[in-house]
Amino acid sequence: MRWSTALWVWGALVFVFIYTPLAVVVLYSFHTGTIIAWPLELGTLKWYGVLAHDRGMIAAVWASLKLAILAVVIALLVGVPGAFVLDRAEFPGKAAFRQLVLLPLILPGIITGVALLSYFSFLHVSLSSGYPVIPGWPVVIGHGAALTSIVVTQVFARLQRVDRALEEASADLYANDWRTFWLVTLPTIRTAVLGAALLVFTLSLDEIAVTFFLIGRQNTLPLEIWGLLRRGITPEVNAVATLIFAVSLVIIVWWARLMRDPHST
Amino acid sequence: MTRGAKTLGVAFPVVWVIVTLLLPYALLLVQSFWRLKAGVITHEFTFDNYRRLFGTPVYPHTILYSAGVAARVTVASLLLAYPLAYLLAFKVGRHKQLMYMAVIIPLWVSYLVRAYGWKIILGTNGILNGLLMAVGLTHAPLGIFLYNRAAVVLALTHIYTPFALMPIYAVLESIPASLKEASQDLYGSRWRTFVHVTLPLSFPGVMAGCTFAFVLSMGDFIAPQLLGGSDSALMVSNLVWSLFGVAYNWPLGAAVSVVMLLLTLGLLWLASRLEARWNYTGARVGAPAATA
Repeated sequence: MRWSTALWVWGALVFVFIYTPLAVVVLYSFHTGTIIAWPLELGTLKWYGVLAHDRGMIAAVWASLKLAILAVVIALLVGVPGAFVLDRAEFPGKAAFRQLVLLPLILPGIITGVALLSYFSFLHVSLSSGYPVIPGWPVVIGHGAALTSIVVTQVFARLQRVDRALEEASADLYANDWRTFWLVTLPTIRTAVLGAALLVFTLSLDEIAVTFFLIGRQNTLPLEIWGLLRRGITPEVNAVATLIFAVSLVIIVWWARLMRDPHST
Repeated sequence: MTRGAKTLGVAFPVVWVIVTLLLPYALLLVQSFWRLKAGVITHEFTFDNYRRLFGTPVYPHTILYSAGVAARVTVASLLLAYPLAYLLAFKVGRHKQLMYMAVIIPLWVSYLVRAYGWKIILGTNGILNGLLMAVGLTHAPLGIFLYNRAAVVLALTHIYTPFALMPIYAVLESIPASLKEASQDLYGSRWRTFVHVTLPLSFPGVMAGCTFAFVLSMGDFIAPQLLGGSDSALMVSNLVWSLFGVAYNWPLGAAVSVVMLLLTLGLLWLASRLEARWNYTGARVGAPAATA
């Protein structure tokens, strides 16, 4: 009995440990003082006002959103066929393909970052190419390359559980391969694809290690915050961090519900 | 689908992965054998970078220092994650899924926010100092909490604990209840059941969790720069960061990266071998981020 009590206390403490820094950041975004110091004085929204007028921050938000959307598009375009390849195709080097596609997930981001930086520099591709329409081709391709692994693993896991008899039934009923794909296969992996897109979107919004090396003239949101943090801390950072926290939370809860939906395969 | 469309469907992802991942990693390897002459990278083959890397004590030292930080983070994450994973797998009843989500949600929520929170807690004007002064343990704020290795270890432990928890939880979940019951039927106490049944069966998950905590914290450069002060310069990832930045010596930076890459791959290979040897339950525990 005493063991089990100790276990519950320990578990509760770990929860406190995990959530305390997040709670602190959120609470201090309503701090009335100019410097972040103890004691906490709650009761202002002025830092959100400061944020709304910070041109650099707003430009960074737009850059991050564009980057995240492009990363999702690329990761889906490559990742969904990639998952099918792993599930169904046989070709020499398939094992190597699997390892390679997962590598950015497992390696520290800095290694992928410097590898891509060297690569684009070797190819004489400017880090600002494509700016100002997009934040830069290298960073877009970098995010796409690093995050494709998320789509591949999520969709592959779903494909492994798909009942192939359904596709065979469709073929037996004289549906051609395209009709089978659109009407049978795609609906069964739909939630996995959407879920993966949401994950890629949040991870891209938060990515620093690869972005840091590939960014051109326009900072992304995390890099803009990173710059502020290195100069010293102001409650404005807390306000933007709180907003990011809220947005990621909404997306992740959405994702979690999608994954728990009993009607999805 | 025509044969052509199918071939294209296979070729497209394969070519993409070659062009955007294989070639960049390969170039990193090649570049580590290039020579830097008067600040210009020349495509001349040389072993100089590796000679300098292993011949100057400061470089191996940063690798050992980072490994030390990573080892501390790994042990701390394991101590925090294992009991919680056990609790979630066996003791929490109805709200199991919800609690599990609550533990891993922070993984997907801003890394920067999580690291930055510690700055507010540990700083000279921070919450910890405020509390210590309020209870009278100290009269002036202490500057000892922030900008050192302990702060980095604390923040990285915070960041990677949910990571370590995922595979441990997955393995504990997959242990058949009948095995524990068999042990209890044979009059094994709870403690003996844990030590002789549950713990050995959970080794593959522990192994996977530890590998990820170790590899990712060793390669981290953001938390160390934010919280580590001058100690952060001793991290190998910061060395790479500076060689590709202000120090401008890409070939040497590439050599350090290649050593990091090989260490990481070696560890992953070792872990997967050990996992396979200890895997009695048949649970798949690899790539926890992917199965989140």
